[in-house]
Amino acid sequence: MKELEELNLPGELMYSKDHEWAKKEDDTIVIGITDYAQDQLGDIVFAEMPEVGSSFEQGEEFGTLESVKAVSEIYLPVSGEIIAINDALEDEPELINEDPYENWIVVVRPSKEEQFDKLLSREEYLETLTG
Amino acid sequence: MSNGPGISGLILDEPLLWEKGKPGRTGFSMPESDVPSAPCEGSWYGDGVDLPDLSEVDVIRHYTRLSQYNFAIDTGMYPLGSCTMKYNPKLHEKLASLAPIAAAHPLLEDELSQGMLRLIYELKQFLAAITGMDQVSLQPAAGAQGELTAMLMFAAYFRKKGEQRTKIIIPDTAHGTNPASAALCGFTAVSLPSGPRGYVEPVDVAARMDDQTAGIMLTNPNTLGLFEESVREITDIVHRHGGLVYGDGANMNAVMGIVDIKRCGVDALHLNLHKTFSTPHGGGGPGAGPVCVVDELVPFLPTPVVEKDGDSYRLVDNLPDSIGRVHGFFGNFSVLVKAYCYILSMGPENLKKASQLAVLNAGYVKEALRDVLHLAFDRPCMHECVFSDKLQRGDKVTTLDMAKALIDHGFHPPTIYFPLVVPGAIMIEPTETESKDDLDTFIASFKEVVAQSSTDPEALHEAPRRPKLRRLDETRAARKPKLTGDM
Repeated sequence: MKELEELNLPGELMYSKDHEWAKKEDDTIVIGITDYAQDQLGDIVFAEMPEVGSSFEQGEEFGTLESVKAVSEIYLPVSGEIIAINDALEDEPELINEDPYENWIVVVRPSKEEQFDKLLSREEYLETLTG
Repeated sequence: MSNGPGISGLILDEPLLWEKGKPGRTGFSMPESDVPSAPCEGSWYGDGVDLPDLSEVDVIRHYTRLSQYNFAIDTGMYPLGSCTMKYNPKLHEKLASLAPIAAAHPLLEDELSQGMLRLIYELKQFLAAITGMDQVSLQPAAGAQGELTAMLMFAAYFRKKGEQRTKIIIPDTAHGTNPASAALCGFTAVSLPSGPRGYVEPVDVAARMDDQTAGIMLTNPNTLGLFEESVREITDIVHRHGGLVYGDGANMNAVMGIVDIKRCGVDALHLNLHKTFSTPHGGGGPGAGPVCVVDELVPFLPTPVVEKDGDSYRLVDNLPDSIGRVHGFFGNFSVLVKAYCYILSMGPENLKKASQLAVLNAGYVKEALRDVLHLAFDRPCMHECVFSDKLQRGDKVTTLDMAKALIDHGFHPPTIYFPLVVPGAIMIEPTETESKDDLDTFIASFKEVVAQSSTDPEALHEAPRRPKLRRLDETRAARKPKLTGDM
């Protein structure tokens, strides 16, 4: 597994303590899991994703990722409606291991805009990993 | 490598049967037909499936060789955590396969099945006595179905009371089947993080329990191998809000005859007969997951139930509030027979002693390995102990590497990467089966593996070296499973 200094955590993204990243694109937010999360999970073999149109609260489980080690829930960093899912992950969940940032999981239309700004910065997220 | 029963041996290769067969071989002679042949409509027959032609010795060698690749509790120590891989006495097999039991027809009238019904009735009584609960259903086929049965009963109970309860609290150390069983009954799982000491904290339960919540699913001892110290406080909170407590009895092997489950405040508990009460399991079954309940839930038990009427036994179906059948006939009956034999041959004192020894063995392993492996929660453990690979990460050696290396020493690996709350978990459940000598050998082997993580980590990355197949590609097996032969 990677050392902390080996982790790829882009500075322009926001992070959650549950190891998801979030990126604002116009009035939507793109969500994926961090390099740390994919590294901890190991080879992902199945991604279960929500239906487009479903809504979740912040911190609510919106899908699961199954790796050879375990099944892990993924939690939505901001409340909102799922407006797109990354279909490619259904056949090739390993794309997340290859590049967890290029291969996003869902796009959300946020219902509470202010939640995004309160997510963790790269530095704050790193701190949760060392703590 | 010096420790452990694993040395080396000649491994015989064995192809798939399709690759082994040759046209014309046969292991069976069809008797000559003694009836005249008759024409058959063309649409009734075709080419048939391409089964290989094999002789008897081909088949016997095939399966004997495959069985030799296998590792079982009859081969060696199998410390798979949360699985209770205890030794299964052969007497049970013999008794369960006696013709009057194995050949009993489940559709016989009650008066012709008195022995079978008596066995069911008495086993229910034994399990009630062991757990302290009031009534038992033996129908569920395994633990997860026992959970489902209990959740169906919870749902029926609230429906009867005219209450709408939609949520259920499930600690994050629970087996993954708990939320699945609850969801099938329409409950939404509310996750409960375990506290800093590895226990469920009453204050966290109080914060989640309300009149919309059906109750809690509590595994005790929990999957960290810790006895939930505040179980009474937790169950009191749930009951105060009108909720019910489900006890997951997967870890009953730690507390047989020692803890009164009803007095802990549990309303329904499932048992894994195939684990705690010693019948062979793993590889998909069969198991048995009886559900034990308190009086309040008795009207909702699955039907039919066996009742005693004077000196005779009969099946009773007229329970209007019952959730109905959850299994054909009487559940996995041969498993019930084996558990019945186990309980009778052990007796109350020895059942209790089995639990005490299971706990003692786990505690012994915990104390022996705590200097070399990181102990996830430094508390007295019950029947299993949970370590992690935290101390080995500096050497880039993972839990998986160490588990695979144990195979070379002749041991089945412990449970790894579960429970999820411990990153890199190594969960060891030795059970009461292992003697101190065998535990010492296991401990010495584990210590040797750990020592190797700093002296020769590369060797561990390549472990195991001694089995027929070495490090398997688990990722490919999960992504592209091949489940059939080429027929």
